[in-house]
Amino acid sequence: MNLRSIPLSAWVGIAGIAITILCAIFAPVIAPYGERDVVGDIWLPAGGDFLLGTDNLGRDLFSRLVYGARTTIFVALAATVLSFSLGMILSFAAAVMGGFVDQLFSRFNDLMMAIPTLIFALVVLAVLPQHLWILILVMAVLDSTRVFRIGRAVALDVAVMEFVEAARLRGEGSLWIIFREILPNTLSPLLAEFGLRFAFSILFLSTLSFLGLGIQPPAADWGGMVKDNKDGIIFGISAALIPGAAIATLAICVNLVVDWLMKRTSSLKGGRGDA
Amino acid sequence: MESGPITGPVLTDGTAGETHPRPADLSGVPATPNPAAGTGAIGGTFWRRFVFRRPLAALVLQRLGLSVGLLFAVSLMIFGGIEALPGDFATTYLGQSATPQAVENIRKDLGLDRPWSERYLNWLGGAVQGDFGTSWASKNSVSEQIGNRLGNSLFLAFFAALISVPLAVGLGMLAVQFRNRMPDKIINVISLAAISLPEFFIGYLLIMFFAVKWGVATFPATVYDSMSFIERLSAIALPVATLVLVVLAHMMRMTRAAILNVMSSAYVETAELKGLGMFRIIARHAAPNAVAPVINVIALNLAYLVVGVVVVEVVFVYPGMGQYMVDAVTVRDMPVVQACGLIFAAFYIFLNMAADILAILANPRLRHPR
Repeated sequence: MNLRSIPLSAWVGIAGIAITILCAIFAPVIAPYGERDVVGDIWLPAGGDFLLGTDNLGRDLFSRLVYGARTTIFVALAATVLSFSLGMILSFAAAVMGGFVDQLFSRFNDLMMAIPTLIFALVVLAVLPQHLWILILVMAVLDSTRVFRIGRAVALDVAVMEFVEAARLRGEGSLWIIFREILPNTLSPLLAEFGLRFAFSILFLSTLSFLGLGIQPPAADWGGMVKDNKDGIIFGISAALIPGAAIATLAICVNLVVDWLMKRTSSLKGGRGDA
Repeated sequence: MESGPITGPVLTDGTAGETHPRPADLSGVPATPNPAAGTGAIGGTFWRRFVFRRPLAALVLQRLGLSVGLLFAVSLMIFGGIEALPGDFATTYLGQSATPQAVENIRKDLGLDRPWSERYLNWLGGAVQGDFGTSWASKNSVSEQIGNRLGNSLFLAFFAALISVPLAVGLGMLAVQFRNRMPDKIINVISLAAISLPEFFIGYLLIMFFAVKWGVATFPATVYDSMSFIERLSAIALPVATLVLVVLAHMMRMTRAAILNVMSSAYVETAELKGLGMFRIIARHAAPNAVAPVINVIALNLAYLVVGVVVVEVVFVYPGMGQYMVDAVTVRDMPVVQACGLIFAAFYIFLNMAADILAILANPRLRHPR
């Protein structure tokens, strides 16, 4: 793969993700004010002392946006990584063991997927105490059902290929077969799937926070910031739209990269390349 | 499907709905263990005879039964699964600092001192008859509240579906027609962006411009009983627009993919190579085979719509089920949460089932599991 083959849209996506991650890592350096400091009047317009104005309590919106990148990306990424590990391990186990284990996992997965994710999350979060790790865990478990389904399909698909059989006949162990034969050949679709799940996690976390069930104040996160500032909309104050735009931009950037990865996968498969 | 060419046509005839005297000889109906044995083998129970005579009806009944079973399992999960989670309703309800005596009182008050299996059976028995008990927070009947709000939610979802479905299918076909040219690329980029926008962002964006800046729409979208139909429609204009935008991109992309999938098959290439026009290929060759996946896409997105209603209702302060549920979750009003969860899940499951059944009806190949 050479860098020239990456289309412009994917570069835009990569740049957007990179900027957000840099903001998240160097938040204390970039942000002019503290995350929780009340620095001025409420809902000051953008410009002047405050780059994007202030929020409903008089905190600097730009600083909160930068710190919010930290929380949002950390929680979404943790949930995605966790759900991927969980889904992959269970799906490979199901595909390799087959029989009763496969049936048990698959049917339970079907049951989990029969309940809409948001509704399931609402029901579960109504019972559980509000902690960050519980939120991450709930998101990860709910999301892993999708990963499980993809992972199982992909693993079953590749496991019957000739080169896997050749490796088996060569006398390679099953760890070699999973990591050296199956994984490299499923990497591109799985990477695309990871991006897709990450984008979904960002949106899902923001939705939960917006509904008041995600990250709890006073910690800044983008969905919660929309919730905090939503009352200003009626007065024509756009403070709620800025974090909303940040969520949308990040999700679009991730999707642009995913789109390119998927196109790459489909052209590798030798299709007509337009799906 | 190695035996496709032989079994295909025969079975399609047999499943067309009429009672054929002997559709049996070649059919691979799954419930018949030994098809070669012919009519002698189909004594058996009523169900097996039924499967044999009317495979299609049997398949539909099977899906129906499966969905009811699934719904039952979901109810068990919503009630029992929650019971198994750590944490106690009474403690979470009162907060961490409650005295043991207060916790004990409220447990007795809410009937939590009885074993959970007894409470589950009570709850399920009530739910089947449409009685979901009383809310912990307001002490009102949950069913009464839901009765009012469910209608509102469905009203919203219905109009969103009415607008988005024809629009999505039309745009999807347009994108296929101009595949890889400018209109397709524009549609592709816009839909990619629309998928990435959170529902509440679209909602507030619309409020900001249409309600606040230009003043052409109303916010909040409250509806009450004395409103006329036209007033109601104008009240839900913005929520419906939001829902349409949210679901449109998904539906359109899936429609495009489904049609393109058909378009890249060998027989379409043959039609292209023998010189048929683009319109004729789409209308005569591709469309009949694309109907099944497109119907599937629509049903799946309607299921998505029912859930998407939750966030949109909160944004627009619309008195529907979604808002009721979110409010109940914040105050941990479990009877309401469970009732709403079950109803949302029921809609979701039955729309998914409808997608399944419609796909089977439209595509005879799906009627015979390999």
